[in-house]
Amino acid sequence: MTILQRPTARLRQTRLLSRSRWASFLARWAVLAGMIALWEYVTKRADDPFFPRPSVIAEVIQERWLSGPASHLFLSSNVSKDVVPSLTRVLGGWGIAAVLGITVGVAIGRSDRLHDYLAPVLHFLRAVPPPALLPVFIVLIGLGSSMQLSLIVFGVVWPVLLNAADGARSVPLTQVETARVFRVSRIRWLLGVVLPSASPKIFAGLRISLSLSLILMVISEQVGSSFGLGRTLVDAQRDFSLRGMWAVIVILGVLGYLLNAALVAVERRVLRWHLGASGQLSDTG
Amino acid sequence: MVRGVIGVAAFLVVGEIVGRVGIVARNYLPPTSDVVLALWRMLTEQGFGTHVLSTTGNWLLGLGTAVAIGVPLGLLLGSVPMLNEVSRLIVEFLRPIPSVALIPLAVLVFGSGTEMRVFIMAFAAVWPILFNTIYGLMEVDPLAKETARSYGSSRLGVVLRVSLPSAAPFVLTGIRMAAAIALILEVTAELFGGGASGIGTVIGVAMFGSGEKDVVLAGAMMTGVIGLAANLALEYAGRRGLVWAHQEGGSR
Repeated sequence: MTILQRPTARLRQTRLLSRSRWASFLARWAVLAGMIALWEYVTKRADDPFFPRPSVIAEVIQERWLSGPASHLFLSSNVSKDVVPSLTRVLGGWGIAAVLGITVGVAIGRSDRLHDYLAPVLHFLRAVPPPALLPVFIVLIGLGSSMQLSLIVFGVVWPVLLNAADGARSVPLTQVETARVFRVSRIRWLLGVVLPSASPKIFAGLRISLSLSLILMVISEQVGSSFGLGRTLVDAQRDFSLRGMWAVIVILGVLGYLLNAALVAVERRVLRWHLGASGQLSDTG
Repeated sequence: MVRGVIGVAAFLVVGEIVGRVGIVARNYLPPTSDVVLALWRMLTEQGFGTHVLSTTGNWLLGLGTAVAIGVPLGLLLGSVPMLNEVSRLIVEFLRPIPSVALIPLAVLVFGSGTEMRVFIMAFAAVWPILFNTIYGLMEVDPLAKETARSYGSSRLGVVLRVSLPSAAPFVLTGIRMAAAIALILEVTAELFGGGASGIGTVIGVAMFGSGEKDVVLAGAMMTGVIGLAANLALEYAGRRGLVWAHQEGGSR
């Protein structure tokens, strides 16, 4: 792009851009619809009980979760039994892990001494698969929501923490020195320089953590819960209800898509300055 | 390095004290020494070694499958923007599906052996590789590509000889993330998917059967060691194998 552009030319360009954005939006949904149609066709031809048709899965979903009265947006009472507890756990655990991970991560990233002491332990703890610690959490905390929440927090805090540490370590030297020259206060230094500079990495970590918390939510609910989608999945498995399993899988996919879309929207707002500076999001999960 | 050792030692000592002092009952959270002893006992016994080998082998197979799918697909989507654009929505619906939710279904379809585990691992681990490959391709210097083109390289040649090497650090980062995820899922699939071999089954027996917490923690510790070793190995491979790219973009 040239630096000098006549306003009309620029206007035309944004209009063109927005039109192509619409076109690609439509193309994406069209391709998705096409894939679903293909899925329907293939499963209909195959007629395999393991792979029910998507229309059948949609019926199961409609029956279980979307058969409520119009005043409740058609959501049935099963939504508050299955979806709401799961969503609360995912968001709660992820939120706690985010606060914890960013705080500790930035502290570790800005202190070489702390980093040297803790890095091996943190990398080891991250490598421990959280499901293997499930029995320990159960005996320590007991069955119930707080166990599920702690398992999620323990499992998802590492990507945020390690990314925050990484981001906070790599504040550009010019910024460090400029802040020092201007004798910026400690709080402004942390909130105004370190945090923004680490934020692209922090967001990359947050995205990884979000998909991990969905995984851990399902695991923790399969063992110690009478509510939630993980529980619904176990019930479907015990009844050999393949349709029920598929329905839960599809719902989890939709839920994950919505959560991720919301996070990406927030990220785009918060990191707009960064997008302007570098042209694109720096990393992805 | 010295500080790292001190940190690890402090961590172990805290575990020992918490286990002994009686804040929590000893058979709930055994002290470090009990766990280490249990791990030593298990490692010197006959059976456990085969379980460790089985977990490691399956995990490498799963990770390999994820790489074999993720890298070529990433190269394709990354070098043909139109395909990337159009397939994005499908990817965004597939990716967030938690792979553990697929375990019951995969058990019915594949049984509870290696195929099921590899499928579960590959499903979860392919995404970071795919995305990092695509992003890596975006960062390739356009001038280098044009140069290769004008010297008569084919499109495929440019992708393989210019784009892939320059995107390699990103790809490797993706593989490192994928390795951690795949290990978690291998152990989880062993734990919940049934089957007869692997560290996860040892943990499962101790967890649902005999109730020996030291065995559970020893299994978790063993898995942690494998994961740590893999991370170090991949980091080393990145530093040694990708010297050309280490100046920038390599460490993320």
